[in-house]
Amino acid sequence: MEKDMERRLYADTGAPEGSPVVNPDPRTLGDSSNIQLFNEQLKLLNSGLTEEDRLNFCDTPPEVIKPFRGHWENFLNWARSESLWILGFGTGCGAIELRPLMTSRFDMYQYGIQPRPTPRQSSIFVIGGYASVKTMKRIVRSYEQMQGPKFVLGLGSCTINGGMYYDSYNTVNRLDHYIPVDVYIAGCMPRPEALLAGLMELKTIIKEGRGEGANKYAENFEWYKANQKRIIKDWNMPDYNW
Amino acid sequence: MNIELYKNLENSFGVTSLEVKNRNQSYIRVKKEMAVPLITHLKLVESYKHLSFFTIIDQIEKGEFELLYMLHSYSRNHDLGIIVSIERHETDMESIHHLWPAAETYQRELREMFGVEFPDSPGLYENFCLEGWEGIPPMRREFDTKRYSEDTFYKRPGRETNDPAKYMKEKIYPSEAETW
Repeated sequence: MEKDMERRLYADTGAPEGSPVVNPDPRTLGDSSNIQLFNEQLKLLNSGLTEEDRLNFCDTPPEVIKPFRGHWENFLNWARSESLWILGFGTGCGAIELRPLMTSRFDMYQYGIQPRPTPRQSSIFVIGGYASVKTMKRIVRSYEQMQGPKFVLGLGSCTINGGMYYDSYNTVNRLDHYIPVDVYIAGCMPRPEALLAGLMELKTIIKEGRGEGANKYAENFEWYKANQKRIIKDWNMPDYNW
Repeated sequence: MNIELYKNLENSFGVTSLEVKNRNQSYIRVKKEMAVPLITHLKLVESYKHLSFFTIIDQIEKGEFELLYMLHSYSRNHDLGIIVSIERHETDMESIHHLWPAAETYQRELREMFGVEFPDSPGLYENFCLEGWEGIPPMRREFDTKRYSEDTFYKRPGRETNDPAKYMKEKIYPSEAETW
Protein backbone atom coordinates (compact mmCIF):
# COMPACT_ATOMS: atom_id res chain seq x y z
CA MET A 1 0.00 0.00 0.00
CA GLU A 2 2.74 2.40 0.97
CA LYS A 3 4.69 1.49 -2.12
CA ASP A 4 1.63 2.20 -4.22
CA MET A 5 1.38 5.64 -2.69
CA GLU A 6 5.02 6.26 -3.36
CA ARG A 7 4.64 5.27 -6.96
CA ARG A 8 1.66 7.50 -7.44
CA LEU A 9 3.67 10.34 -5.97
CA TYR A 10 6.39 9.83 -8.56
CA ALA A 11 3.85 9.45 -11.31
CA ASP A 12 2.19 12.73 -10.41
CA THR A 13 5.45 14.56 -10.65
CA GLY A 14 6.22 13.28 -14.15
CA ALA A 15 7.13 16.26 -16.21
CA PRO A 16 4.63 17.81 -18.53
CA GLU A 17 6.51 20.23 -20.71
CA GLY A 18 6.81 23.81 -19.60
CA SER A 19 5.33 23.17 -16.19
CA PRO A 20 6.92 25.11 -13.34
CA VAL A 21 9.41 23.23 -11.21
CA VAL A 22 7.78 22.32 -7.93
CA ASN A 23 9.64 20.96 -4.98
CA PRO A 24 7.88 19.85 -1.84
CA ASP A 25 8.32 22.35 0.93
CA PRO A 26 10.73 20.74 3.38
CA ARG A 27 9.18 22.63 6.27
CA THR A 28 6.00 20.64 5.77
CA LEU A 29 7.91 17.39 5.27
CA GLY A 30 10.09 17.37 8.35
CA ASP A 31 8.66 20.07 10.54
CA SER A 32 11.10 20.70 13.34
CA SER A 33 9.00 23.14 15.35
CA ASN A 34 6.64 20.47 16.63
CA ILE A 35 9.38 18.00 17.52
CA GLN A 36 9.05 17.20 21.17
CA LEU A 37 12.31 16.48 22.90
CA PHE A 38 11.50 16.33 26.61
CA ASN A 39 8.84 14.78 28.80
CA GLU A 40 7.46 16.35 32.02
CA GLN A 41 10.48 15.33 34.10
CA LEU A 42 12.78 17.03 31.56
CA LYS A 43 14.08 13.68 30.42
CA LEU A 44 14.69 12.98 26.75
CA LEU A 45 11.89 11.15 25.01
CA ASN A 46 14.18 9.29 22.56
CA SER A 47 11.21 9.03 20.24
CA GLY A 48 13.38 7.60 17.43
CA LEU A 49 14.00 4.40 19.37
CA THR A 50 11.78 1.42 20.01
CA GLU A 51 10.43 0.78 23.51
CA GLU A 52 12.97 -1.96 24.16
CA ASP A 53 15.92 0.09 22.98
CA ARG A 54 15.02 3.08 25.13
CA LEU A 55 16.03 1.15 28.24
CA ASN A 56 19.55 0.73 26.90
CA PHE A 57 20.22 4.42 26.37
CA CYS A 58 20.57 7.42 28.60
CA ASP A 59 17.74 9.94 28.67
CA THR A 60 19.59 12.79 30.36
CA PRO A 61 20.30 15.87 28.26
CA PRO A 62 23.81 17.36 28.36
CA GLU A 63 24.60 19.72 31.20
CA VAL A 64 26.64 22.88 31.28
CA ILE A 65 29.84 22.35 33.24
CA LYS A 66 31.13 25.68 34.40
CA PRO A 67 34.86 26.21 34.09
CA PHE A 68 36.94 26.80 37.20
CA ARG A 69 38.37 30.24 37.79
CA GLY A 70 41.85 31.66 37.99
CA HIS A 71 45.15 29.83 37.79
CA TRP A 72 43.71 26.34 38.09
CA GLU A 73 41.59 26.79 34.96
CA ASN A 74 44.53 28.42 33.19
CA PHE A 75 46.65 25.42 34.02
CA LEU A 76 43.96 23.03 32.79
CA ASN A 77 43.53 25.00 29.58
CA TRP A 78 47.27 24.91 28.99
CA ALA A 79 47.22 21.13 29.46
CA ARG A 80 44.21 20.73 27.16
CA SER A 81 45.74 22.84 24.43
CA GLU A 82 49.01 20.92 24.52
CA SER A 83 47.44 17.51 24.12
CA LEU A 84 44.91 17.77 21.32
CA TRP A 85 43.80 14.33 20.29
CA ILE A 86 42.08 14.11 16.95
CA LEU A 87 39.20 11.73 16.39
CA GLY A 88 40.20 9.41 13.57
CA PHE A 89 37.06 9.87 11.57
CA GLY A 90 37.65 11.25 8.09
CA THR A 91 34.31 12.79 7.29
CA GLY A 92 35.03 14.16 3.83
CA CYS A 93 37.71 14.64 1.20
CA GLY A 94 39.59 16.98 3.58
CA ALA A 95 40.63 14.06 5.75
CA ILE A 96 43.32 13.35 3.17
CA GLU A 97 45.21 16.36 4.50
CA LEU A 98 45.62 14.70 7.87
CA ARG A 99 48.03 12.09 6.48
CA PRO A 100 50.78 14.50 5.43
CA LEU A 101 50.17 16.33 8.68
CA MET A 102 51.04 13.21 10.64
CA THR A 103 54.19 12.26 8.81
CA SER A 104 57.65 13.69 9.18
CA ARG A 105 57.41 16.75 6.96
CA PHE A 106 54.71 18.59 8.91
CA ASP A 107 54.83 16.37 11.99
CA MET A 108 51.87 17.36 14.11
CA TYR A 109 53.12 15.21 16.98
CA GLN A 110 55.62 17.94 17.86
CA TYR A 111 52.66 20.11 18.86
CA GLY A 112 51.06 17.44 21.02
CA ILE A 113 48.48 16.52 18.40
CA GLN A 114 47.81 12.92 17.56
CA PRO A 115 45.01 10.77 16.19
CA ARG A 116 42.89 8.54 18.39
CA PRO A 117 40.63 5.71 17.29
CA THR A 118 37.51 6.34 19.38
CA PRO A 119 35.41 9.39 20.30
CA ARG A 120 35.82 8.68 24.00
CA GLN A 121 39.57 9.25 23.85
CA SER A 122 39.66 12.28 21.63
CA SER A 123 39.14 15.96 22.28
CA ILE A 124 39.13 17.50 18.81
CA PHE A 125 36.96 16.62 15.86
CA VAL A 126 38.23 17.66 12.43
CA ILE A 127 35.34 17.89 9.98
CA GLY A 128 37.18 17.25 6.75
CA GLY A 129 35.25 19.21 4.16
CA TYR A 130 31.74 18.59 2.94
CA ALA A 131 29.30 17.02 5.37
CA SER A 132 26.51 15.20 3.62
CA VAL A 133 23.27 14.58 5.44
CA LYS A 134 24.14 10.92 5.80
CA THR A 135 27.52 11.77 7.33
CA MET A 136 25.92 14.43 9.51
CA LYS A 137 24.09 11.72 11.39
CA ARG A 138 27.40 10.00 12.17
CA ILE A 139 29.07 13.31 12.97
CA VAL A 140 26.38 14.17 15.53
CA ARG A 141 26.64 10.74 17.05
CA SER A 142 30.43 10.86 17.33
CA TYR A 143 30.50 14.44 18.53
CA GLU A 144 28.11 13.73 21.36
CA GLN A 145 30.12 10.70 22.45
CA MET A 146 33.29 12.74 22.86
CA GLN A 147 34.09 13.80 26.40
CA GLY A 148 34.16 17.48 27.19
CA PRO A 149 35.86 19.83 26.82
CA LYS A 150 35.75 19.11 23.10
CA PHE A 151 36.63 21.22 20.12
CA VAL A 152 35.60 21.20 16.46
CA LEU A 153 37.73 22.30 13.55
CA GLY A 154 35.89 23.01 10.30
CA LEU A 155 38.29 22.22 7.49
CA GLY A 156 37.67 23.59 4.00
CA SER A 157 35.16 25.92 2.43
CA CYS A 158 32.34 23.39 2.50
CA THR A 159 32.01 23.61 6.26
CA ILE A 160 31.78 27.41 6.08
CA ASN A 161 29.15 28.00 3.44
CA GLY A 162 28.83 24.81 1.43
CA GLY A 163 31.77 25.59 -0.85
CA MET A 164 31.39 24.15 -4.31
CA TYR A 165 28.47 22.03 -3.08
CA TYR A 166 26.43 25.05 -1.96
CA ASP A 167 23.47 24.01 -4.16
CA SER A 168 23.64 20.28 -3.50
CA TYR A 169 20.58 18.56 -2.11
CA ASN A 170 22.70 16.47 0.16
CA THR A 171 25.42 18.70 1.63
CA VAL A 172 24.81 20.96 4.60
CA ASN A 173 25.77 24.56 4.02
CA ARG A 174 26.65 25.78 7.48
CA LEU A 175 28.18 23.30 9.86
CA ASP A 176 27.76 25.58 12.89
CA HIS A 177 24.00 25.17 12.81
CA TYR A 178 24.40 21.49 13.66
CA ILE A 179 27.38 21.33 15.99
CA PRO A 180 29.39 24.19 17.53
CA VAL A 181 32.58 25.00 15.62
CA ASP A 182 35.64 26.63 17.17
CA VAL A 183 37.89 27.30 14.18
CA TYR A 184 37.31 27.34 10.44
CA ILE A 185 40.05 26.87 7.90
CA ALA A 186 39.16 28.29 4.51
CA GLY A 187 40.40 26.73 1.29
CA CYS A 188 39.59 23.97 -1.12
CA MET A 189 41.74 22.13 -0.13
CA PRO A 190 43.73 23.98 2.51
CA ARG A 191 47.38 22.95 2.65
CA PRO A 192 48.69 21.15 5.74
CA GLU A 193 50.37 24.45 6.70
CA ALA A 194 46.94 26.06 6.87
CA LEU A 195 45.74 23.20 9.00
CA LEU A 196 48.67 23.69 11.36
CA ALA A 197 47.90 27.41 11.52
CA GLY A 198 44.30 26.55 12.38
CA LEU A 199 45.43 24.19 15.11
CA MET A 200 47.72 26.89 16.54
CA GLU A 201 44.75 29.26 16.47
CA LEU A 202 42.71 26.67 18.33
CA LYS A 203 45.43 26.42 20.97
CA THR A 204 45.28 30.17 21.49
CA ILE A 205 41.51 30.00 21.82
CA ILE A 206 41.71 27.22 24.38
CA LYS A 207 44.40 29.00 26.39
CA GLU A 208 42.27 32.13 26.50
CA GLY A 209 39.40 30.05 27.86
CA ARG A 210 37.17 30.54 24.81
CA GLY A 211 36.97 26.88 23.79
CA GLU A 212 33.53 26.36 25.29
CA GLY A 213 31.90 24.46 22.44
CA ALA A 214 30.57 21.65 24.63
CA ASN A 215 28.86 24.11 26.96
CA LYS A 216 27.45 26.03 24.03
CA TYR A 217 26.02 22.79 22.74
CA ALA A 218 24.43 22.02 26.11
CA GLU A 219 22.99 25.52 26.45
CA ASN A 220 21.44 25.55 22.98
CA PHE A 221 20.66 21.86 22.93
CA GLU A 222 17.09 22.23 21.68
CA TRP A 223 18.08 24.55 18.86
CA TYR A 224 20.81 22.19 17.66
CA LYS A 225 18.48 19.21 17.92
CA ALA A 226 15.74 20.96 15.95
CA ASN A 227 18.22 21.80 13.19
CA GLN A 228 19.61 18.28 13.14
CA LYS A 229 16.22 16.63 13.08
CA ARG A 230 15.10 18.88 10.30
CA ILE A 231 17.60 17.32 7.90
CA ILE A 232 18.07 13.83 9.37
CA LYS A 233 14.73 12.33 8.47
CA ASP A 234 15.23 8.77 9.70
CA TRP A 235 16.26 9.51 13.25
CA ASN A 236 16.76 6.02 14.66
CA MET A 237 19.27 6.82 17.39
CA PRO A 238 18.93 8.28 20.88
CA ASP A 239 18.39 12.02 21.17
CA TYR A 240 21.62 12.40 23.07
CA ASN A 241 24.26 9.78 22.41
CA TRP A 242 26.04 9.34 25.66
CA MET B 1 30.02 -4.07 -34.20
CA ASN B 2 29.68 -7.11 -36.35
CA ILE B 3 27.05 -6.23 -38.97
CA GLU B 4 25.84 -9.82 -39.17
CA LEU B 5 25.13 -9.81 -35.48
CA TYR B 6 23.19 -6.59 -35.85
CA LYS B 7 21.08 -7.99 -38.71
CA ASN B 8 20.47 -11.06 -36.64
CA LEU B 9 19.30 -9.03 -33.66
CA GLU B 10 17.20 -6.79 -35.90
CA ASN B 11 15.29 -9.81 -37.17
CA SER B 12 14.80 -11.55 -33.86
CA PHE B 13 14.44 -8.68 -31.37
CA GLY B 14 13.48 -5.60 -33.40
CA VAL B 15 16.70 -3.79 -32.60
CA THR B 16 16.98 -0.37 -34.26
CA SER B 17 19.32 2.57 -34.85
CA LEU B 18 22.79 1.12 -34.65
CA GLU B 19 25.28 3.78 -33.70
CA VAL B 20 28.92 2.84 -34.08
CA LYS B 21 31.15 5.07 -31.99
CA ASN B 22 34.37 3.29 -32.83
CA ARG B 23 35.82 -0.16 -33.39
CA ASN B 24 35.16 -1.19 -29.82
CA GLN B 25 31.97 0.56 -28.92
CA SER B 26 28.46 0.77 -30.36
CA TYR B 27 24.93 1.43 -29.23
CA ILE B 28 21.59 -0.05 -30.20
CA ARG B 29 18.03 0.73 -29.25
CA VAL B 30 15.30 -1.73 -28.43
CA LYS B 31 11.72 -1.65 -27.24
CA LYS B 32 10.92 -2.06 -23.57
CA GLU B 33 9.24 -5.48 -23.98
CA MET B 34 12.19 -6.97 -25.88
CA ALA B 35 14.95 -5.57 -23.69
CA VAL B 36 15.39 -8.38 -21.18
CA PRO B 37 15.06 -11.18 -23.80
CA LEU B 38 17.68 -9.35 -25.88
CA ILE B 39 20.06 -8.97 -22.95
CA THR B 40 19.56 -12.63 -22.00
CA HIS B 41 20.34 -13.64 -25.57
CA LEU B 42 23.43 -11.44 -25.68
CA LYS B 43 24.70 -12.86 -22.43
CA LEU B 44 24.02 -16.54 -23.04
CA VAL B 45 24.62 -16.82 -26.78
CA GLU B 46 26.63 -13.86 -28.03
CA SER B 47 29.32 -13.78 -25.33
CA TYR B 48 28.42 -10.35 -23.88
CA LYS B 49 28.98 -11.73 -20.41
CA HIS B 50 29.98 -8.65 -18.48
CA LEU B 51 27.63 -5.93 -17.27
CA SER B 52 29.87 -2.86 -17.19
CA PHE B 53 27.23 -0.53 -15.84
CA PHE B 54 23.55 0.19 -15.87
CA THR B 55 22.30 3.74 -15.66
CA ILE B 56 19.49 6.09 -16.62
CA ILE B 57 19.48 9.28 -18.65
CA ASP B 58 16.58 11.59 -17.92
CA GLN B 59 15.30 12.90 -21.28
CA ILE B 60 12.78 15.30 -19.81
CA GLU B 61 12.22 17.05 -23.16
CA LYS B 62 11.01 13.80 -24.73
CA GLY B 63 9.13 12.81 -21.59
CA GLU B 64 11.05 9.58 -21.19
CA PHE B 65 13.85 7.88 -19.34
CA GLU B 66 16.60 6.21 -21.33
CA LEU B 67 17.89 3.10 -19.60
CA LEU B 68 21.41 2.27 -20.69
CA TYR B 69 22.71 -1.26 -20.22
CA MET B 70 26.39 -1.41 -21.06
CA LEU B 71 27.59 -4.91 -21.85
CA HIS B 72 31.10 -6.06 -22.61
CA SER B 73 32.31 -9.06 -24.51
CA TYR B 74 35.80 -10.32 -23.73
CA SER B 75 36.10 -12.52 -26.77
CA ARG B 76 34.97 -9.80 -29.19
CA ASN B 77 36.71 -7.04 -27.23
CA HIS B 78 33.61 -4.95 -27.70
CA ASP B 79 31.30 -2.74 -25.63
CA LEU B 80 27.64 -2.79 -26.54
CA GLY B 81 25.22 -0.25 -25.11
CA ILE B 82 21.55 -1.13 -25.15
CA ILE B 83 19.26 1.89 -24.85
CA VAL B 84 15.69 1.33 -23.74
CA SER B 85 13.23 4.21 -23.58
CA ILE B 86 10.48 4.11 -20.98
CA GLU B 87 7.76 6.63 -20.23
CA ARG B 88 8.49 9.04 -17.42
CA HIS B 89 5.19 8.40 -15.71
CA GLU B 90 5.15 4.62 -16.12
CA THR B 91 8.36 3.81 -14.42
CA ASP B 92 8.26 0.03 -14.28
CA MET B 93 11.03 -2.03 -15.78
CA GLU B 94 11.80 -5.71 -15.78
CA SER B 95 14.63 -6.64 -13.46
CA ILE B 96 17.86 -8.25 -14.68
CA HIS B 97 19.12 -9.41 -11.30
CA HIS B 98 18.66 -13.05 -12.37
CA LEU B 99 21.35 -12.52 -15.02
CA TRP B 100 23.84 -10.57 -12.92
CA PRO B 101 23.31 -10.52 -9.14
CA ALA B 102 25.25 -7.24 -9.06
CA ALA B 103 22.47 -5.59 -11.03
CA GLU B 104 20.34 -5.44 -7.91
CA THR B 105 22.64 -2.75 -6.50
CA TYR B 106 22.24 -0.69 -9.67
CA GLN B 107 18.50 -1.12 -9.51
CA ARG B 108 18.41 -0.10 -5.88
CA GLU B 109 20.28 3.06 -6.75
CA LEU B 110 18.07 3.85 -9.74
CA ARG B 111 14.95 3.30 -7.66
CA GLU B 112 16.21 5.79 -5.13
CA MET B 113 17.65 8.39 -7.47
CA PHE B 114 15.09 8.29 -10.31
CA GLY B 115 12.09 6.47 -8.86
CA VAL B 116 12.18 3.74 -11.49
CA GLU B 117 10.78 0.50 -10.09
CA PHE B 118 12.16 -2.95 -10.77
CA PRO B 119 9.61 -5.40 -9.38
CA ASP B 120 11.05 -8.53 -7.71
CA SER B 121 14.53 -7.10 -7.47
CA PRO B 122 15.81 -8.02 -3.99
CA GLY B 123 16.34 -5.23 -1.48
CA LEU B 124 14.85 -2.65 -3.81
CA TYR B 125 13.55 -0.44 -1.03
CA GLU B 126 16.64 -0.50 1.14
CA ASN B 127 18.60 2.70 1.54
CA PHE B 128 21.33 3.07 -1.02
CA CYS B 129 22.79 6.53 -0.60
CA LEU B 130 20.06 8.71 0.84
CA GLU B 131 18.50 7.91 4.16
CA GLY B 132 14.87 8.67 4.71
CA TRP B 133 14.43 10.72 1.55
CA GLU B 134 10.98 12.21 1.08
CA GLY B 135 9.56 13.66 -2.10
CA ILE B 136 10.83 13.61 -5.67
CA PRO B 137 13.90 11.47 -6.30
CA PRO B 138 16.78 13.90 -6.53
CA MET B 139 18.32 12.90 -9.87
CA ARG B 140 15.14 13.61 -11.79
CA ARG B 141 15.61 16.78 -13.75
CA GLU B 142 12.47 18.48 -12.55
CA PHE B 143 13.94 18.41 -9.06
CA ASP B 144 15.44 21.83 -8.38
CA THR B 145 18.45 21.05 -6.24
CA LYS B 146 19.44 24.69 -5.66
CA ARG B 147 16.03 25.60 -4.36
CA TYR B 148 15.87 22.50 -2.22
CA SER B 149 19.24 23.42 -0.73
CA GLU B 150 18.10 26.97 -0.03
CA ASP B 151 14.92 25.76 1.64
CA THR B 152 16.53 23.01 3.69
CA PHE B 153 19.96 24.20 4.73
CA TYR B 154 21.00 27.49 6.26
CA LYS B 155 22.74 29.89 3.94
CA ARG B 156 25.61 31.94 5.19
CA PRO B 157 25.26 35.48 3.90
CA GLY B 158 28.13 37.10 2.04
CA ARG B 159 28.85 34.45 -0.51
CA GLU B 160 30.04 35.79 -3.86
CA THR B 161 29.99 33.74 -7.02
CA ASN B 162 31.86 34.69 -10.16
CA ASP B 163 31.34 33.39 -13.63
CA PRO B 164 34.65 31.57 -14.11
CA ALA B 165 35.17 32.46 -17.78
CA LYS B 166 34.46 36.14 -17.23
CA TYR B 167 36.50 36.27 -14.07
CA MET B 168 39.52 34.64 -15.71
CA LYS B 169 39.40 37.06 -18.61
CA GLU B 170 39.25 40.05 -16.32
CA LYS B 171 41.99 38.81 -14.01
CA ILE B 172 44.41 37.31 -16.49
CA TYR B 173 43.86 39.60 -19.49
CA PRO B 174 42.54 42.84 -17.97
CA SER B 175 43.40 45.03 -20.96
CA GLU B 176 41.69 42.74 -23.44
CA ALA B 177 38.64 42.03 -21.33
CA GLU B 178 36.94 45.20 -22.50
CA THR B 179 37.11 44.20 -26.15
CA TRP B 180 35.75 40.67 -25.62
